[in-house]
Formats: sequence, structure tokens, C-alpha cells
Amino acid sequence: MNILDTDGARLLDAVRGLLAQKGIVSAAEIAERIAITDSASPGQGARMVAKAWIDPAYRASMLEDGSKAAEALDIPMRGMPPLGVLENTPEVHNLVVCTLCSCYPRAVLGYPPFWYKSAAYRSKAVRDPRGLLAEWKTTIAADVKVRVVDSTADYRWMVLPMRPAGTEGWTEAQLAAIVREGDMVGVTVPSI
Amino acid sequence: MFPAGAAVRVKNDWPEARGPVHIRTPHYVRGQKGTIVRHLGDFPNPEDLAFARPAADCRLYHVAFPMEAVWDGNGAPDELLIELYGHWLEPA
Amino acid sequence: MDIETPRAHHDMGGVPKFMCEPVDLEPHALTDFDREVDAIRGLLGAKEVMSVDELRRGIEAIPEDQYSKLSYYRRWIRSIADNMLRKGVFTEDELRAALGEP
Repeated sequence: MNILDTDGARLLDAVRGLLAQKGIVSAAEIAERIAITDSASPGQGARMVAKAWIDPAYRASMLEDGSKAAEALDIPMRGMPPLGVLENTPEVHNLVVCTLCSCYPRAVLGYPPFWYKSAAYRSKAVRDPRGLLAEWKTTIAADVKVRVVDSTADYRWMVLPMRPAGTEGWTEAQLAAIVREGDMVGVTVPSI
Repeated sequence: MFPAGAAVRVKNDWPEARGPVHIRTPHYVRGQKGTIVRHLGDFPNPEDLAFARPAADCRLYHVAFPMEAVWDGNGAPDELLIELYGHWLEPA
Repeated sequence: MDIETPRAHHDMGGVPKFMCEPVDLEPHALTDFDREVDAIRGLLGAKEVMSVDELRRGIEAIPEDQYSKLSYYRRWIRSIADNMLRKGVFTEDELRAALGEP
């Protein structure tokens, strides 16, 4: 049996131990890194979306340079891949996928959801996006173009969904509360 | 440098058949015609980074493909938007 | 588009055999194993020991039958170990010793 195919927990223990022994990665650094990654969540993206809905200048900045717009809301982006933001319009609905692996805007949204990384999602998104969206009971009108964005390279993509009707006069916090992870991938749209 | 709006074709090349590689051009667009949406910037070639080789900066483009062209008639009016490196593209 | 090509097995866009499965929408919380593997990869990247491109290459090199059996982060730790061996960060003997193997 190939040494790499040994039990996963044992392999992790061995790799962790060797990396520590060689002064490459320490246990303290691992713990710190986990804490940092855990602090990113869809709530960060929701704050960006809510601000974009209220502030046209921020919206423009988000579409122009997503990383800079994230940093403006104290979402740390240094050393992370550039963030691209795609806006949904009455004419176009965006759907993000990574067919080759699982590239996801982790710095803003946190860990990708299990389904995003699945073979079913990765295969279906680029060939039958409307059938895929039906799994979330999401229907896009026949005259609206679904644009499937395959994250094949250096950018990480998130969707800026449209603000739902009936939210006039809402505060940023109220708006952020209705923006879900799926809305920023494009499998759902926000509703009230 | 391809300008926005330029018609391009993805090379119908299969380096996978020649040895161990790391390619970020999905199989389903090889040989397909698309349109340059914009130049996204220049980034080191992942095909070399993957093997810890020195990697030259390559032009990265966002390229749009109509679904119905890629999937033999199915999928209008939807489209695919894919990040592709310049060395995989030629004028169409 | 379903003609015979030397498509790599991780290159999954539009591949019919994967499209038949319904998408598993359950949340599947990350385990401690998952988080730690993720963190180690991020640190190796930040310290320029192993890039995300090398991680991907190592995952893509997993034989197809193994690839489908391994969980997401199990593929990652396999790739990390593979890359550390390739790059000489540690040797196979050292890995065997760390695994408690003869």
C-alpha cells in the first residue's frame, strides 16, 4: 500500500509532528490560523452586500475592486487572492462554481459549504444551472440570462444579489440579516 | 493583448495526454469560440507553480461562451464566464 | 462535447456521471481534522513552503479510484504529504518513522 493511503488521522499526526520537528509549522501557529479562518463567515459578505444596497458609491467600489471594498469594512484581505464581485441585474443572474477544485471567496465568506465542493455541484453548474438551482427551489425567469462563473484562476468570486422589494427604509443591519451564504454564490436570491 | 470584445478560440490542446501537468483550462471549453470580456490582470503561470518551477507572469482574461455552443444546442440564453490564460487563446 | 478526450478526472464540468446525483444540501460541519489540515495548508502557503497550485497538483495526481473514496480534506493531507516528500521537506523514512511503521 502506498504510504500516502494510510489512515488519515495517523497521516495528519505524522505530518504535524514532522513539520513541528523541522521548525516549519508549530502547534501554536496552527491554532492561531484556525481561529483566524473561523472568524470569516457569510456575515462578512452580508455586511458588504447591505452597504452596497444603501450606498451607491460603495456599490461601485465593490464592483471595481472587491478586495479594497472588503478591507474598507475591516475584512482582512492582505495576502489573499483578489476578490471579484458580480452584480445580479434584472437581465443577468450570476452563479459561481469551481469545476476544477473548490475555489471560493474564503477570506470574506469563510469555509465553502459542503455542497459547493461536491462532484454533483461542480459538474452540473456549468451544464444545467437551472436544473441545479431547482435543488434550492430557485427559479430564474426564462428571459433572464444565467451567467455561470467558473473560478479557474487567481480571482475568487462572490455575487452581489439584487435588493428585494419591500425593504425600503431598512437599516444596514436589517438588510444584512436577510443575506445568506447561498445568495452570494448565486444558488438562491434574498427574500423577506 | 486581446482587447475587450475580441473573438477568441481556446486551443484544442490536451497536455494531459503528454505527461503529468496542472492545467486550469477546463476540458469543456477546449476548442470553443468565446469573447473576451476583460483583462483581469497578470499572474504567474500556475502550470509551472504547481511543479515549483519558476513561473512567468501570464495575462489572465475573463472570456464568455454561450452555453448552447458549448453543450451542442442546449442552454440558451445562458452563458459561461471563465478565467483563461492568454497562452490558451488564439484569435478566432 | 461527450467525445473521448484525455480529460483529467478532477476536471468535472458537465461530466454526465456526476450530474445524475442530487446535490447533498446537508451542512456537514467541519471536523477538527478538517480544520487542522486546512490550517496547515494555509500556513505552508503563507510561509511559501507549498503553494495552492502544488496542493492542487497533488490532489489531481491521486488515482481516480482513490480520489472518489477520499473525503475532501483527506485528499488535502495526502497531497500535502506527497508534496513534502517530493520537495524533500521530509523523507519517506522519516514519514514511516513518524507513522510508527518499521
